[in-house]
Amino acid sequence: MHDVSNIGPRVIIWFDEGPFKGLYITETVFWAIIVSVGVIIFTLVSARRLERDPKGAQGVAELIVEFTYNMVRNTMGKHCIGFAPFIGTLFLYLLFANALGLIGFRPVTSDMNMTFALSILVFFLIQVNSMRSRGVIGYFRHFCEPYPLMLPIKIIEDFTFPISLSFRLFGNILAGVIIMALVFSGLGFLSESVLHLPIPLLEAVFPLPLNAFFDIFEPILQAFVFSMLTMSFIAKAIATHEH
Amino acid sequence: MSNITPEAFVLGLSAIGSAIVMFVGFGVGLGQGLATGKAVESIARQPEAKGDIMSTMFAGLAMTETSVIFALIVALVLLFANPLVGKL
Repeated sequence: MHDVSNIGPRVIIWFDEGPFKGLYITETVFWAIIVSVGVIIFTLVSARRLERDPKGAQGVAELIVEFTYNMVRNTMGKHCIGFAPFIGTLFLYLLFANALGLIGFRPVTSDMNMTFALSILVFFLIQVNSMRSRGVIGYFRHFCEPYPLMLPIKIIEDFTFPISLSFRLFGNILAGVIIMALVFSGLGFLSESVLHLPIPLLEAVFPLPLNAFFDIFEPILQAFVFSMLTMSFIAKAIATHEH
Repeated sequence: MSNITPEAFVLGLSAIGSAIVMFVGFGVGLGQGLATGKAVESIARQPEAKGDIMSTMFAGLAMTETSVIFALIVALVLLFANPLVGKL
């Protein structure tokens, strides 16, 4: 992770022969699978024996679920409460995927493929829900509202949303990764060639405030922002005159 | 001046360009400071609406941040995946 010369994700598993020849797995895919399996295991464990008085993992899970439902109800309104499981999954997954730098690995979302996949998912969710709530004719008509001259601007607006969403997440997390790499290599250089320490001792305590900002605060903020923008755009897409 | 290779010239100008493009941060910093100041003002006026103000402010700050993120992407592309060197 702390290598400034190459900012792309490393290839960690590759096949030279056999049926999977030429296939390779980057650390992005590896850690994405690990994080999703971890979230699934947590949900299964916390919902295994449900009790009336929650304790342990069930209490944490209930806290998360309640927080998600409150957030969705406040942002999108009561009629969109069905989106809460999706938003909660997105939030939880992004939280852990962003915070991988805390244990010294490359965050999953510092790879543009990952963020683009997520934002394309959100894009199709928005378009399909817009089509379902407006009907096919109404869907195509709302591009021409308030007057047909707005058509290109509306289309551009719809297509720039996933691009800016994915670039926002990617840029924020990658900036954190680069700054952490620069700080770590600078501290390593200082302790090695200036103070002549046998081990890079300066790397131990000094980056802690930066770690707290880039690996705890920023992941929470970016996961919140991603799910917040997703929610508000879905709510905008299915807003009809009755609500 | 004559002993500079074209690659070095393009790379040097790209580095300067990536520094200039990050000047977007000036405007974004001003805008985000104004927005946060207004949010603090409205929280001081109505402390009971803190949650709503904070979440709206964070969403707005994220939208404001988009331009500086695009500038960061351009700067990173110029530094690490320069498309101009291949055209020489």
